[in-house]
Amino acid sequence: MTQPILKLEGIEKSFGRNNVLRGIDLDVAPGQSLVVIGGSGSGKSVMLKVALGLMTPTGGKVLFDGHDVTNSTGRTRESMRARVGMLFQAGALFDSLTVWENVAFRLINADGVKRSQAKERAIETLKKVRLGSEVAALYPAEISGGMQKRVSLARSIISEPDLIFFDEPTTGLDPITADAINDLIIEQVRGLGAATVTITHDMSSARKIADDVAMLFEGRIIWRGKADDVDHSGNEYVDQFVHGRAEGPIQPAI
Amino acid sequence: MSNVSTHKSGFPNPLRWIGASVLGFFAEIGRLSTFAGRVTFAAFTPRWFWGEIGRQIIRIGFYSFPVVGMSAVFIGAALALNIYTGGSRYGAEQFVPNIVVLGITRELGAVITGLMLAGRVSAGISAEIGAMRVTEQIDALETLSASPYRYLYAPRFLAALITLPMLVAAANIIGVMGGWLVSVYSLDFDSTTYLRNTLDFVTRDDIMVGLIKAVVFGGVIAVMGCYQGDRSQAGATGVGRAATLSMVGAAVLVLATNFILSNLFVEIGL
Repeated sequence: MTQPILKLEGIEKSFGRNNVLRGIDLDVAPGQSLVVIGGSGSGKSVMLKVALGLMTPTGGKVLFDGHDVTNSTGRTRESMRARVGMLFQAGALFDSLTVWENVAFRLINADGVKRSQAKERAIETLKKVRLGSEVAALYPAEISGGMQKRVSLARSIISEPDLIFFDEPTTGLDPITADAINDLIIEQVRGLGAATVTITHDMSSARKIADDVAMLFEGRIIWRGKADDVDHSGNEYVDQFVHGRAEGPIQPAI
Repeated sequence: MSNVSTHKSGFPNPLRWIGASVLGFFAEIGRLSTFAGRVTFAAFTPRWFWGEIGRQIIRIGFYSFPVVGMSAVFIGAALALNIYTGGSRYGAEQFVPNIVVLGITRELGAVITGLMLAGRVSAGISAEIGAMRVTEQIDALETLSASPYRYLYAPRFLAALITLPMLVAAANIIGVMGGWLVSVYSLDFDSTTYLRNTLDFVTRDDIMVGLIKAVVFGGVIAVMGCYQGDRSQAGATGVGRAATLSMVGAAVLVLATNFILSNLFVEIGL
């Protein structure tokens, strides 16, 4: 059996008395696209930050390519991050840098690539996400939300990572732009052969980009299956969520 | 069952409240000290982001010069007027240049610069880093293998350490000239005599005292701005609160460290 590129074992995370994650078990195989769905406040973003090493779990283990990176620091952490890309929900582009400097940030500041070469690679990568070279010199505040997502996608794939995390990649976008982002994610991820973990509550996005879907509810994975099975999962929580019904075991977050 | 945290009246138990406040205070001191230690370590060990350091020197130093200069000229002028008023009660008006230069170089040049930059720079750093924190830009930095301590905090810290002494040196000169302006054009002092008295009286130690204070104030201002920004809570309120806390914290720490340093310099005879 192929070793998972990422494996979460019994991950727990608490903030004071608030137990956000209560024992998450999840794994992603190389090249696999896993989408984690769940309502607002279910702990999706916290799970992603724990997996990325941006938060330390209260309990459990994070294994990256078979190595325990739960509490790793220094070179171990850096070698993991060199193989990981991340697209943040709001893009998280550095607003003091131009578009191309954002895309080439890792190349210049971590990999030691010369600025001129890094700029060329950034412009090439921008083309892959359908952005012309005229955008390269603009600042993030000067481009639209959809373009910012594409720049962020370019930043996450420029170093050809083995694993990419997507945090709500289509949130805040109109349906057409959201679908274009989904297409770009599929195209680019397949091109790289990277594994992906996407968290979203956009079911059309989940259906389009997922191989597997897992549902997070009250800090636990309550269902996992193939994307094709999500509409007839036999799980009343999943059923309520994917059909967007207010009535059911999940209480609306209002 | 009795509730230990409240009185029967429903008010919080005062002993519990005092205990929690004291513990909270020391926890905050611990967090701030750890943060300052990490920033200092990042500032004095490779790798350095020279472009960022240069940008921060311009932002913190160059753009602060007008406000520091304006403040210094008015403080110097007001100081001269007050010393003249007080001195004239004892027939000691001739000491105006001596006391102005002493007050400005040892105390007011550094303190006024520190306080102005606590407002302008510390709050600005805090708001900028707070906005980066809440928009996940700092998380993005980490995922791109760039430590925020090296890329964001250390450049601001180093820039403040470098530029504060320069600003204080400028404030000293401008402050003394403010006193000279008022003395010559309003109090009928002879210009040449005033300047000669000033230069004869001031010592290298007086100037060093102000410059040493400036370096310390620079560190305090940058660390407070970065610390509060890094701990900023989500939303406009959170970022605004961080900016306020950094400004107030930096101003109080500037005044407190000024007292400690002044005491130390008196002890060692500087």
